[in-house]
Amino acid sequence: MNSGLLGMPLAAVGEVGEGFFKHRTGATLPCQARPAHLFCWDWATEHINRFGTPALQQFELVVISVLIGFAIAFILALIAHRFKPLQFPLLAGTGVLFAIPSIAFFMLLLPITGRGRETAIIALSAYTLQIIYRNVMQGLNNVPDSAKDAARGMGLTERQILWKVELPLAIPEIVGGIRIATVSTVAIATLAVFANAGGLGSQIYSSSNLVFPTAIIIAGAIAILMAFAIDLVLLTAQRFATPWRRAASEAVP
Amino acid sequence: MNAALLPHPLFAGFGGAIEFVFSKQESSVTGGKKVGGFEQVLELAWTQIEVSLLAILLACLIAIPVGLYFGHRGKGELVAVGIGNAGRAIPELAAIALVATVIGVGIPVLVLVLALLGIPPILTNTFVGVRQVDRASVDAARGVGMTELQIVRKVETPLSVPSIMTGIRGATVNIVATATIAPLAGVLTLGDFILGENVYGADGVLAGAIVVAILALLFEFALAGLQRRLTSKGLQLQQAQ
Repeated sequence: MNSGLLGMPLAAVGEVGEGFFKHRTGATLPCQARPAHLFCWDWATEHINRFGTPALQQFELVVISVLIGFAIAFILALIAHRFKPLQFPLLAGTGVLFAIPSIAFFMLLLPITGRGRETAIIALSAYTLQIIYRNVMQGLNNVPDSAKDAARGMGLTERQILWKVELPLAIPEIVGGIRIATVSTVAIATLAVFANAGGLGSQIYSSSNLVFPTAIIIAGAIAILMAFAIDLVLLTAQRFATPWRRAASEAVP
Repeated sequence: MNAALLPHPLFAGFGGAIEFVFSKQESSVTGGKKVGGFEQVLELAWTQIEVSLLAILLACLIAIPVGLYFGHRGKGELVAVGIGNAGRAIPELAAIALVATVIGVGIPVLVLVLALLGIPPILTNTFVGVRQVDRASVDAARGVGMTELQIVRKVETPLSVPSIMTGIRGATVNIVATATIAPLAGVLTLGDFILGENVYGADGVLAGAIVVAILALLFEFALAGLQRRLTSKGLQLQQAQ
């Protein structure tokens, strides 16, 4: 395939790179410019480096947003657990934040925080609240009364019951909530490009234009892999945090 | 309404946006043609409602029967739950962008992609809902001579309404949000205001965001209301306890 332009031997052309001929002998355009070409391996291997920084930016956005979201949702859930009448209003309030499309949320923040990372992080954290809040509440509500009664019988105070009995027993649901929140946030953080916050979206959409399929596929694939990788880490963490469950599943009946 | 009516300087930016929704504005790039105004907002909002509703309907038509079938048979748990988890990881922007650059643009293609994004949560929640139905209820239904189809229709479906609706609401949030970036796939929805700052100006971007947020909340409230109507009285009492 390297016979060169018009049969000219490669050596005769000196400084022009090999890619020049590769693109122009087979077809008139480089493969990334031909729309019919779904995936362009040459381009992918040459340009894989450009996805590093956006991937890192996306990872940071997700981790920071989920951490902030978790901190707020966890506190809200503890408040609602203590003052039951607040359960529904808090569920509805976080539900409103969840329902607002992130891209609209970014733009609503523009007059207040402008474009940038902060804007993206605020909107993404607001999005995670409902998911985490609902799961923490569910976890706390699912703790069997017998466990709480036993703790009370042993002389634990209400605060000790919360931290030593209820919350540990709710770990599976809590981690479940964080996992769902993280995976969806990785997907949605791709939209952060519209808030000028970088991320993998910048390799999908740039300056009012969609880029070409190869870059879109690579960016999308990195986002999906990132979601699965974080999910796996959280799942492993959950198994280590709840040794009694492992013991129960390994026990011989 | 104008900016002077809004008290805090923090919200001053919203004045122009509200004006944009109600009256047409000059645009620098459309050659004197005015943009914005109630008519255009309604037109774009209607397109967004239309594609979203079609996509939700299509997703329900596919996901609910499949979820009910596998839930009733008690088979395919790994697949049903796995689809839900995997679906969550799909970046909407990449999906829309890929379809627009590879398959093409237009309403039918867009509705299909949006429906595909909506299927996973509905399918998983339907499956889980049916599996969570008390086996004793199903056995009782079988005992009084109901056919399998009757059990699905009269016992399992009504009892899994809350779970199915949770799935539909999750799917709707995702579909309406993704329909906002539909202009990338050649369908002009409210997202056109958001993505087209050089045409509509900063006021237009903000106006689009406000109307999209309102639209999304209307969908959410409508579905919450629908859920309340579809949930049987007995189930509501049980949940309240």
